This record gives sequence, structure tokens and C-alpha cells, in this order.
Amino acid sequence: MPDLLIELFSEEIPARMQARAREDLKKLVTDGLVGAGLTYASAGAFSTPRRLVLTVEGLSANSPTTREERKGPRTDAPDAALEGFLRSTGLTRDQLEARDDKKGQVWFATLTKPGRPASDIVAEVLTATIRDFPWPKSMRWGAGSLRWVRPLHGVICILTDEAGASVVPMEIEGIVSGNTTRGHRFMAPDAFTVSSFDDYAAKLRRAKVMLDSAEREAAIRQEAANLAFARGWEIMPDDGLMTEVAGLVEWPVPLMGAIEERFLSLPPEVLQTSMREHQKFFSARNPKTGRIEGFVTVANIETPDNGETILKGNQRVLAARLSDAAFFWDNDLREARSGMTDWAEGLRSVTFQSKLGSQADRIERIAALAREIAPLVGADPEQAAEAAKIAKLDLRSAMVGEFPELQGTMGRYYALEAGKDAAIADAARDHYSPLGPSDAVPSAPVSVAVALADKLDTLTGFWAIDEKPTGSKDPFALRRAALGVIRLVLGNGVRAPFVQLADQGVVGHGISRDDSDNDDFSGIAEVSDLLTFFHDRLKVFLKDQGIRHDIIDAAIAMPGNDDLVLLVNRATALNDTLKTQDGANLLQGLKRAGNILAQAEEKDGVEYSFGADPKFAETDEERALFAALDRAEPAIREAVRNEDFQAATQGIATLRAPIDAFFEAVQINTDNQITRRNRLNLLSRIRETGRLIADFGRIEG
Amino acid sequence: MTSPKDKPVCFQDVILRLQSYWAAQGCAVLQPYDMEVGAGTFHPATTLRSLGQKPWAAAYVQPSRRPTDGRYGENPNRLQHYYQYQVIIKPSPPEMQELYLGSLRAIGLDPLIHDVRFVEDDWESPTLGAWGLGWEVWCDGMEVSQFTYFQQVGGHDCRPVSGELTYGLERLAMYVLGVEHVMDMPFNHPDSPIPLTYGDIFNQTEREYSRWNFDIADTDMLLQHFKDAEAECDRILSAADTDAAGRAIPMAHPAYDQAIKASHLFNLLDARGVISVTERQAYIGRVRALAKRCADLFATTPAATGEPLPDFPAGA
Repeated sequence: MPDLLIELFSEEIPARMQARAREDLKKLVTDGLVGAGLTYASAGAFSTPRRLVLTVEGLSANSPTTREERKGPRTDAPDAALEGFLRSTGLTRDQLEARDDKKGQVWFATLTKPGRPASDIVAEVLTATIRDFPWPKSMRWGAGSLRWVRPLHGVICILTDEAGASVVPMEIEGIVSGNTTRGHRFMAPDAFTVSSFDDYAAKLRRAKVMLDSAEREAAIRQEAANLAFARGWEIMPDDGLMTEVAGLVEWPVPLMGAIEERFLSLPPEVLQTSMREHQKFFSARNPKTGRIEGFVTVANIETPDNGETILKGNQRVLAARLSDAAFFWDNDLREARSGMTDWAEGLRSVTFQSKLGSQADRIERIAALAREIAPLVGADPEQAAEAAKIAKLDLRSAMVGEFPELQGTMGRYYALEAGKDAAIADAARDHYSPLGPSDAVPSAPVSVAVALADKLDTLTGFWAIDEKPTGSKDPFALRRAALGVIRLVLGNGVRAPFVQLADQGVVGHGISRDDSDNDDFSGIAEVSDLLTFFHDRLKVFLKDQGIRHDIIDAAIAMPGNDDLVLLVNRATALNDTLKTQDGANLLQGLKRAGNILAQAEEKDGVEYSFGADPKFAETDEERALFAALDRAEPAIREAVRNEDFQAATQGIATLRAPIDAFFEAVQINTDNQITRRNRLNLLSRIRETGRLIADFGRIEG
Repeated sequence: MTSPKDKPVCFQDVILRLQSYWAAQGCAVLQPYDMEVGAGTFHPATTLRSLGQKPWAAAYVQPSRRPTDGRYGENPNRLQHYYQYQVIIKPSPPEMQELYLGSLRAIGLDPLIHDVRFVEDDWESPTLGAWGLGWEVWCDGMEVSQFTYFQQVGGHDCRPVSGELTYGLERLAMYVLGVEHVMDMPFNHPDSPIPLTYGDIFNQTEREYSRWNFDIADTDMLLQHFKDAEAECDRILSAADTDAAGRAIPMAHPAYDQAIKASHLFNLLDARGVISVTERQAYIGRVRALAKRCADLFATTPAATGEPLPDFPAGA
């Protein structure tokens, strides 16, 4: 069983593309090999900035020989038919076999496809893989037409078995496969040959290349921690940066430096962001002072001066960057202390969206909406409105101009500097949240009010101008905004009919609630469409929490479905109940009752909804069901009134046994019309009791 | 001077070394284009010559103007007028990266002592309708060059692909020379009878242009000039291919000059703060439309196709 080694050697591959490229290479090649009939024991993919590597172990040496039998024309068919058959199979007449078939004698052909050597298959599969590789962005170079992420220079493709290694011959646009590669660009640029994956990895290491990105990450982590420890610092973890940095070096050499004293008064977020975005530095924190005081840069080379020149150069660039940041910070603080009026004024000339006005217009709307929402979330309306008015002023600050990702963070600093309450300053920082599924949900009332107002203004605005997300296109991140509203409402137990919130938003956009002159553009239509959008987002959100979409549908079909807290409580309780064996059986009973009833109503053309009377009951099971319904109904009604859906579903679960026993013992459709009608009306009571909680008919299973 | 022999000692030394290095690699060493441009890419030796089949190799210094970057000469490394060094080779040779690293060695940056890295940075010029893939090259954490394989220019696929290098000369030289403020950088040899710093030559002009760019430039006039350049470009491109004497002379370069003009006028208007965010895109689109039409025309001419320049008809 030979092993396969592939190396695709190129100019520097963007760090962010490497992880995906490793997976793609592994999948495309192994799928191709398997598709051609080969098997393998294991495969592993690796990347450095200059190479993509695949090792496949225990590959079969040949694909198996396959035999296929094909039925031809009858032996007494005209010659033309036989000739056609011979042409299509590539056989001669004496290679055919005549066999008896149902309709007489028929020609049969046996086609044998001999197995192929692995090297032929590998060459084909690799060529196709290179030609069709799904890089997010690829390019041409020189006079060629091949596309790769950056110019491709060499291909190693060797099969190694007990007898030794042999190159799989292939050529693509003048690049001929071989068994040589090069080490580190500067420290070991000479070519060397390799005979197996182990030999390759070992020689690369000698040539100052760590092949495995996980190993490079571990080496960076450890050395950075050591350097920090020596100074009594700790490294701020940053997984995204770690992956990127590990994709920028073949031989990581972490170097540590201190930030100049004059920059230490900058906010830690500014230091960290500037160093990460511009320099790809890790930040080092001094636990004694709580400040970020140092950095780690990761060089790609060992130098005779142990990195002194490199560190000095990096320090210099950092000083220039932080001088800029300090300049922005000082200017911004001056503006903050003078009340941020210039920023507020400046936002008048910044367009939010051409049909939705300027940022200043937007802020006015959000403030009005925040004032309305405040009482619902326990915030002071005036404070909420004020917070909304200052929350986005930092968009005009020089610092946010330079680092857009610091929006809100800087807003909080500047609000405090302007003498605002902590609750208002916190709202400036937190009102964008939650941004992603893992981002924390604000809980301070003022922050919640502004965060909700911000998102609802955006959603109603884009709905009003008909810029809704379609398919994979959601340029204004409206799905994220809707999910943000859902998490804010649920996380804080905000009890408000969504329609009421959305109405305020729509009104803020100058659209009347029901504009009868404009059919496409009435507030009612927009809000109800938006509610459907919210329900869809809610399904996605609850699905992640293990609640099926049909259960949510059953809850959405109930009144009050624009109160998201109520809706989710209902769905959760349903879900919990249906997960139990009793719940599953109950569902069957309810559905069975519903189906029989629906059929009878269809056939008889009437609705059975009233008048079931125990006195017409003929069996104990019927009487027991009457009694059980009499007990359960008021209890469920009471529980639903109290929004205690757990109690309500527990109440309906008590009907499981009586319903089962009823169906077991009783024939609904009897000849006695009085009995039949009474039983149908009894089924109707079951249906109505179910409907107190949810539309069980929508639940699958 | 105590500086080792392999290190440049002044700004012009860096430039001269790059000139000799790229001359030795076979590039035609051109002179700057005689118009105001925002970057070396605008020089027709890059923009237009990257189109078509005809092989090409050129290197040149290009004075570049970015009015919004003016800081009255006070920022240590930001200028409204600065120099770029530009190399363009078509088709891009397989050893383009090695050639580039050789140029760093030529100006005294030894990649065995420094940390030289190729960091993803895709280049795009919305005004030229051009894009390419490549890197910014980092030396010890500082961006010293832009390295791009052109994929499209003026809306045309580049076949073959040109390799383009752009060095920000001031920043690079400051690093090599160990200077902290651009105005302190020696321009000629510090031991010259009349030593001149960058500041001796440009400090006053940075102040003057900063004031003019930000406060004085007549925006109505600039706007009119923009429209004029746009109209003239269109007029040139719409002219008949043959002149009165029956000679076929399409005029891609004169038209392109007008596109360059429009682009610079837009930059000036931008620095004066009279272009709103929404208008911005529209202006860029207008310049791009001009650049594209120039590219369309140039691509059909001998300088692009590699065909010989046709003789004029007899008697013309």
C-alpha cells in the first residue's frame, strides 16, 4: 500500500485562506481517488504561507478490475442491430455469448474494465484539483492561463512504497511534477529532494519550516508566554490573530517589546486595536497595573542579532501609529469636553441611506423610539432619549474614523468625558449589541431601550423602503438586527406586543399606520410582513436551542404571537411536553381526534362544536373522558391565563390516558346518530382544549 | 561618513540605486510623467502599457500628489506631494519576487537581518477600473512596497499579466537612513559642499500647497475644469480615426491625459471638502468611464498589439 505526498509550492498564500484551502485540497483529492476506485487509510493536509501539502497513507496500488454485463439484441434481429451493439461495446461477434432469454435467444456482452495503477489516477485527480480549486479569489500570472491564488511554482507528487519513492508524472501549464522543494525563503533557500512524507517534514524542519500550522501556533503561544512571564506580563488571548499570524510565517520567532510610556494613557482598546489591525501584534498586559504595556510581534526569521534590528523597526512603526492614535485621542477628548456639538452637527451631512436621511435624522428617530420603549424595559424615558442622542456621536470622532471597530467603545469614553451619567455612557458602548450569536445581550435598562430602538428603526426603515434581505443577500445585516431584537426581548423578558414597537418605528419613518391612498406602502402591511420576518428569525434562533420549526409554528398560530416572550414560553413548554413519551402519545390522540372530526365535518357539512352531553355516553371510557375534560379544561384555562404554559401542558397531558382508552374502546361512527353526534362533539371538546395551548394540527409526527 | 559602503546615505542615493538596479534588470528607465497624478500607476507607462500583448519593462520615479494628505509639512511621514518608484514588467517573470528582493538588497536592506514578509493586499483602483492580486511587502512591520499582479485595467483582462511594484520612496528611504522626520532626511550627500535636506526643498512647498489645497483653491473653477477635461476627453475619443489628410491616427494618449486631469481635479475638489459621500461615487464613476474608453482605444493600437505602426498612405 503506497503513501502519497503532494506539495503545491507557490508565492505567499493569504493567511485567511489557508485553513479552508487545506480542507478543500484534502476533500477534492481524496474524493477523486475514491471516485476512481482507490481506497486509503488516512489523509492529512497542511499549509504554510508558501505551500499546501497533502499526505495520503495506505493508498491502494491499483483500482480494482470491474466486470459489467450488457444485454444486446436477439440473435435473430437484423444485422444492423447487432452491428450497433458491437460498436457500442467495442467487441467482436465471437466475444459475445448467446443466451436464452424470455423472448428467445439474446446476445450478451461481458465488458471488463481493467484496474488502473494509482499513479495514473493520482495524476488525473491532482490535475483536475489544481484546475478547479475553489479559491475565494484566484489570479493569472505571466503569459499563462492557469489560475491559482498566487503564482504556482512547483508540484511535488510522489508515491512511496517498500520499493522506494517514485514521482507521479504530470504537467500543468509547464509546471512538471517532481520530488524537490525549497526551505525557508531566506534561511534555507536551496532545493532538496524528498522521498516520503516523514522525510519531507523532517527535511523541512531542518530547512527552517514548521509544516503544521497547529505546531506554529503552539510555538508562538509558548514563546510569547515565556517572554511575557519574564517581565511579569500576560498575553491577551486573540485566536483570530493567532491563526492569521501562524499563516504568515514558516518559522515563527516571537519578539517582545515595551510600549513607550507616553502612550500608556491611551485606552487599552485603542492600544490593542491599533497593534492588532496595523501591526498584527499581540498585546501584553501588566496584571499589577491592569494596563496594556507591551507587545509581541512574530518574525519569520532568526537573525544574527537575535531580532534586535527587527524589533527596533517594529517599535518605530508602532510609535508612529500610536502617535497618530494619541493625536486623535487628544483632539477627540477636547471635542467631548465641549459637549460634542460639532459631532452632532457633522452627522447632519453624513448620509445614513439615501432614502432614510442623514445620521442625524436617524438619531432623532431612535431617540423618539427609545423614549417610547423606555417604560417597557424599566428605563427613564428622558435618560433613554438622551442616551440615544449621544450614542452615535463618536462616529464623527477621529479615532472611530481610523478604527471603525471602536465605535461605541470610544462613545463611552467620550460620553463620560462630556460628563454624562454612567448609564448613558454605557448605552453608547452597548447599544450595538448583541452583534453576533456569541455577543452578550445588554441588560442595563437604558442600554436595552437604545439597543432596541436602534435596531427597530433600522428594520422598519429598510422595510419601508423595500430593501429587505433576499436569499443570501443581506447587505444591511437586517437578519442580524432582527436576531438582536429577539435576544434583547427574550434575554430581558421585555413584555411588549411587537406590533406596537414596530408601529412606532414605522411612524418614525413618516409612514402612516394605514395609508389608504397607497396600497403598497401601508404601515399595517409593512408591520405584518416584518412580523413574519421576525417569526422566521425566531425559528432559526429556537432551532439552535433544539426546538423544532413545526412546534414553533404551532405556537405562532396562537393569538398574541407578536409578544415574543409569550410565544417562546409557549413553544418551550410544548417542546418539553412533546419530548416525553406521554406527550408523544397525547399528540397522537389529539391528532386522531382532530382527523376524525375533520373527516366527519367534511362529510356531514356541519361543524361539531357544541353539545356533548355525558348522559348520552354509553361506555365507562366515554364517561371517564367527560370527567377528565371537566377537570382539565378549567385548570388549563387558568394556567394559560397566567401564562404558565408548563402547567397548561401538564394539564393537557392528564388527558392522555382517557383519550387513549376512549379510542381503544369506542367506535365513533355508530349507526345511532345521537350517539355518533355526541361522540363527535366530545372529540370537538378535545380539539378545543388543545387549542387553548397551541395549534397541534401543525405539529408533525 | 562612517556609514558602511553598502548603505545609502541620502534620499537621492536610494533613488539612484533603484534606478541602476532596475536598469541592470533590463527595464527601460523612464522619466516621470509630466502631469499631476495621485500615484505612479497613472503614468501611461503603467496604465496603458499593461494592456495588450506587447512585452514591456519600465521603471521610473513618479512625483505623486494627494491633496488630502497635506499636513503643512508637520507630520513626520505624511505629504501632499511625494515620490513613488514604479516598476512594471509584462509578462510578469516567474522570478518577480526574487527580482524585488534584489532591489531591497541594493538599497541596503538585507533580508537576513530584517523580517521581510508578503502580506495579502489586493489592489484596486476604482478610478482606473483596475484590480490585481498581490501583497503589501512588510519590512520589520513596516509596509515598504506594494506588489501586484494586474488582472484587469480599464475593464480589460490583462493578457499577459503585468507585474507591478510600487515603492513609497520617502518612507522607504527614511527607514533605510534611520530618519524620524521626513523633513530631516538628507536629500543629497550630507558631505556635499551644499548639503540639502528634504525639508530644505519641500517644507515651504508643503505649507503652501496645504493651504491652497484646503482653503484657497477655487472650487467653481475646479468643477468647471473637471467638466472641461471630461468633455475634451469625450471629444478626442469621438473624433474620426483619420485626419483631414486621410492618415489613421487614433488618439488614446491625448484622451488619457484628460482622464488623468479629471482624476486630479476630483482629488482637489475632495480636499476642499465639497464632494459629499454620495457624490463621491458618481465622480469616481465618471473618471472610470473616461479611463475605460481610453483603454478600449489604446488596446487596438500598435503599442498594445505589438503590430508595427502602419505607414501613412502615399500622398497623405
